Amino acid sequence: MIRRAPVNLWIGGALVAMMTAIALLSLVWTPYDHTLLDIPAKFAAPSAEHWLGTDQLGRDVVSLLMAASVNSLTVAFVAVGLGGAIGTLLGLAASAWGGWVEAIVMRLVDLGFAFPALLFAIMLAAAFGPSLSNAILAIAFINIPVFARVARGAANQIWTRDFVLAGQAAGMGRAALTRDHILPNIAAPIIVQATIEFAVAILAEAALSYLGLGAQPPMPSWGRMLSEAQTLMYLAPELAIYPGLCIILAVLGFGLLGDGLRDVTDPRLARTRA
Amino acid sequence: MSALLDIQNVTRRYPRPRQRLLHRPEPLVALDNASLTLNAGETYGIVGESGSGKTTLARLVMGFEAPDNGRVLLGGEDLHALPEHILRQRRQTFQMVFQDPFGSLDPRRPVGWSVGQPLRATGQQPAPAQIAQTFERVGLSASDAERYPHEFSGGQRQRIAIARAIITKPRLLVADEAVSALDVSVRAQILNLLLDLQDEFGLAMLFVTHDLAVVANLCDHLLVLRNGRTVEQGPAQAILTNPQTDYTTMLLDAARVTPAGHSAPARTTT
Repeated sequence: MIRRAPVNLWIGGALVAMMTAIALLSLVWTPYDHTLLDIPAKFAAPSAEHWLGTDQLGRDVVSLLMAASVNSLTVAFVAVGLGGAIGTLLGLAASAWGGWVEAIVMRLVDLGFAFPALLFAIMLAAAFGPSLSNAILAIAFINIPVFARVARGAANQIWTRDFVLAGQAAGMGRAALTRDHILPNIAAPIIVQATIEFAVAILAEAALSYLGLGAQPPMPSWGRMLSEAQTLMYLAPELAIYPGLCIILAVLGFGLLGDGLRDVTDPRLARTRA
Repeated sequence: MSALLDIQNVTRRYPRPRQRLLHRPEPLVALDNASLTLNAGETYGIVGESGSGKTTLARLVMGFEAPDNGRVLLGGEDLHALPEHILRQRRQTFQMVFQDPFGSLDPRRPVGWSVGQPLRATGQQPAPAQIAQTFERVGLSASDAERYPHEFSGGQRQRIAIARAIITKPRLLVADEAVSALDVSVRAQILNLLLDLQDEFGLAMLFVTHDLAVVANLCDHLLVLRNGRTVEQGPAQAILTNPQTDYTTMLLDAARVTPAGHSAPARTTT
């Protein structure tokens, strides 16, 4: 059934599309090289040359923000993709085999939920040194239990359907049933969850970079721009506001998009919401 | 020569949830000591109201769950003692048609894919010609294989489900309320199709239903269940013409009664 797309889907979709377009654009073009230092022009006010001015080292803020969006999206994409794939597989396995498989997987998932994500990232950084790949691993790790729960819950519903029994009657094993029937039928909730987790991952990346555990210089990152601007709050508060706004818009965009997708793919939830 | 299907004294209990901490409640006996034998080409009707254990019996025969006591022998082999991989190979010989034609086909797969599934499950690549032939055998056209379940009516979907069940030329077909969800006119068509297929392949059929009117002209034998217990069992004609228990009489009356304002229920003809 096709219904009118809800307004949160439109706003979220527009924000995400805009952000993706800007990130793609920055791969081929930014107003300035974001690593270009121009100390004499530091703290320049917004002007025709520098739309949002320059930072404490004279770098063009627009170029920095654009280049940092690539970083945010890449981290979110890789981390959610990795964590989502592992989590979904674990959830599917728990649902398919039940018994001790399910018990072990779901207790590990509980453990994952109980573990503070930032603490885990700090632990990784302490053990292996701060780096973007460790930040990605940490964000991927916190995504595993989320997807495992969503996948298991959705899969459990599909397993009760007659067409799965029919597949079993046809002689298919649990793995084949999961591949042919369960996974395609839980794709919608998984995609919705992935979109929402994208927002969480962007926020987490910003937080880790802010703490110095994510993107390392000279790689641009909204979170690190925030932490650098923090010491200059009284001198140039706008330097903190710009990356902050970017983070808010990106998180809001993916959050609204995920919400909207859920409303569209799960009519039951949409109705309770209205 | 043993019977095709030999159900020997099967009992199935389901544990009930605890109401009190230290008190374990008596399990629910879904099926109590049921037995039947079914030969090729014959039809056995399993009749009873909701909760009588008839669907449990079907699930035991299909190997979806195992009995707590007793055995289900198919072609002389104890179904529930077979190793998993052997059982999966044997599944080609016994197939099932489900009650709900809307739920028994994966909405995300073309129906031709679903019909080819029993072949694919054993590593065979179903030939398009074979699928087309099966579609035509159940009264659909070969081009329907490319379409999706939502494009079909309930009766057509049940035909598709039957196509899936017969593509491996099974020896036993379990029909669990296979016509209950259908309109009365469509119901007769589907029943006729099943009877034709039975003649053609020498199928043994286990026909599970709550509606005696459906099975009256269809079954050779009847097993009447109530609360998991066998109430009456024997040749269909004998039970239908001379029921021994009030329960069977009640089921018979329910099948015959014409509610005020409704037209008489169509008796299926063979």
